[in-house]
Amino acid sequence: MALYSEKVMDHFKNPRNVGVIENADGIGEVGNAKCGDIMKMYLKIDDDVISDVKFETFGCASAIASSSMATELIKGRPVSEALQLTNKAVAEALDGLPAYKMHCSVLAEEAIQSALEDYYSRHPEKKQ
Amino acid sequence: MRIYADNAATTKMSRAAIDAMVDCMESHYGNPSSLYELGQEAKERLEQARADIAAVIHAEPGEIYFTSGGSEADNQAIRSGAAIGKKSGRRHIISTAFEHHAVLHTLKKLEEEGFEITLLPVHEDGLVRVEELEAAIRDDTCLVTIMFANNEIGTIQPIRELGAVCKARGVLFHTDAVQAVGHQPIDVKADNIDLLSSSAHKFHGPKGVGFLYARKGVRLTNLIEGGAQEKGKRAGTENLAGAAGMAAALREVAGHMAENAAHMSALRDRLIAGLAEIPHSALNGDAKKRLPGNVNFCFEGIEGESLLLLLDERGICASSGSACTSGSLDPSHVLLAIGRVHDVAHGSLRLTIGEDATEEEIDYIVRNVKEVVEYLRGFSPVWRDLTSGKTPFIL
Repeated sequence: MALYSEKVMDHFKNPRNVGVIENADGIGEVGNAKCGDIMKMYLKIDDDVISDVKFETFGCASAIASSSMATELIKGRPVSEALQLTNKAVAEALDGLPAYKMHCSVLAEEAIQSALEDYYSRHPEKKQ
Repeated sequence: MRIYADNAATTKMSRAAIDAMVDCMESHYGNPSSLYELGQEAKERLEQARADIAAVIHAEPGEIYFTSGGSEADNQAIRSGAAIGKKSGRRHIISTAFEHHAVLHTLKKLEEEGFEITLLPVHEDGLVRVEELEAAIRDDTCLVTIMFANNEIGTIQPIRELGAVCKARGVLFHTDAVQAVGHQPIDVKADNIDLLSSSAHKFHGPKGVGFLYARKGVRLTNLIEGGAQEKGKRAGTENLAGAAGMAAALREVAGHMAENAAHMSALRDRLIAGLAEIPHSALNGDAKKRLPGNVNFCFEGIEGESLLLLLDERGICASSGSACTSGSLDPSHVLLAIGRVHDVAHGSLRLTIGEDATEEEIDYIVRNVKEVVEYLRGFSPVWRDLTSGKTPFIL
């Protein structure tokens, strides 16, 4: 049996939404190099909808795949939905992760939440 | 195309080893303990394998004990050294910070049982210092265990000198030579070795078999009870096919050791030179005092498992000391022991080439590692911070 699901390998080998958004409306960075995983998410938000999202990740295959999948799950969705994104949803969308790699999906959730917090700190009026 | 560059993990079995095993399984299935001819034929094969192995490391056949592999040999050697020490009230054992876990975990157990363990530091070049061993030996030291060559970074320790220090102080000296046997000349007498562990699958023999050399007079402690096999020191019907396969494999590599080493070290140096062209990278361990097939690099700004899996896509089998490949949060204890910080140790790559490696393969590896490292750095936030000057480069 392979280490990872086909979905994980697909998102690892062909990551979606890789890169940087200049003048992003929210940026979140989580993890640390000491532990071997860092994720950085860039959000573009128009009319309370995530119109664009990009990521940069330092980490293992499941960290890269989790970042990629997380961006796919929130792209084009309302901010209110992105706020509800859980690590479980990311892992399920990837057809599962090995137990000791679940923290990668947690990082993806946290990176998005952190980017949204950054957005709200810049636009406190949007926070309800 | 598949390039197998993980020979420190395991090796492909040689034809000689396979043939020897098949012959044993087909024609010599008797139990070596049985008295009839079929059994005694098997016994002869077993003793021939023992003699062949002994000859390669300049030991006596009676000093070779078959085991299930390197881990068992390490466990038994260390347990034996500890038991001998305990008898005379000596409960101090010296080892190093970068041993294989078969050694480190056994020492941990002994510590719980009341032994005191000193782990010598390993320097940035991946080598242990003889004078540091000398200074660490105490009156109650019963055993020193230091690996012959490191499994991750391939550095070859000054075994003869370390052994001489132990001999002068009357301390037993064990070496985990799993990575060295068949690849480095070993003379247990001249090298002052009392106990030595080895594993067949690291030199093109089968998995699940190895041996422990114990100098005549060094009393072994049993790990497995139940029979008179191996002079009563290792019970269980002997793995004759395994022992014969191991002996055949070892005879073959030992017969070509010098030419293999010359061929492999030239390719190793070509690989090191090629990878060193990658900016902000560093070779781990001394460039010359290392196994002829071992190359181990750290690349700043990337993580090893991603590198490994993308190389696999390109047909290259390698390994990494990153946390993600070890199944824990910490990267390789070997890389940490030689002073690599966590951030850098996560981005390590070990390539261990075999005797049949070619220049074309080396160039293919260099080209692909360069491409994959560049690709991964392209979307690494760590690399972005390094290149933008936000954080300083380490390498």
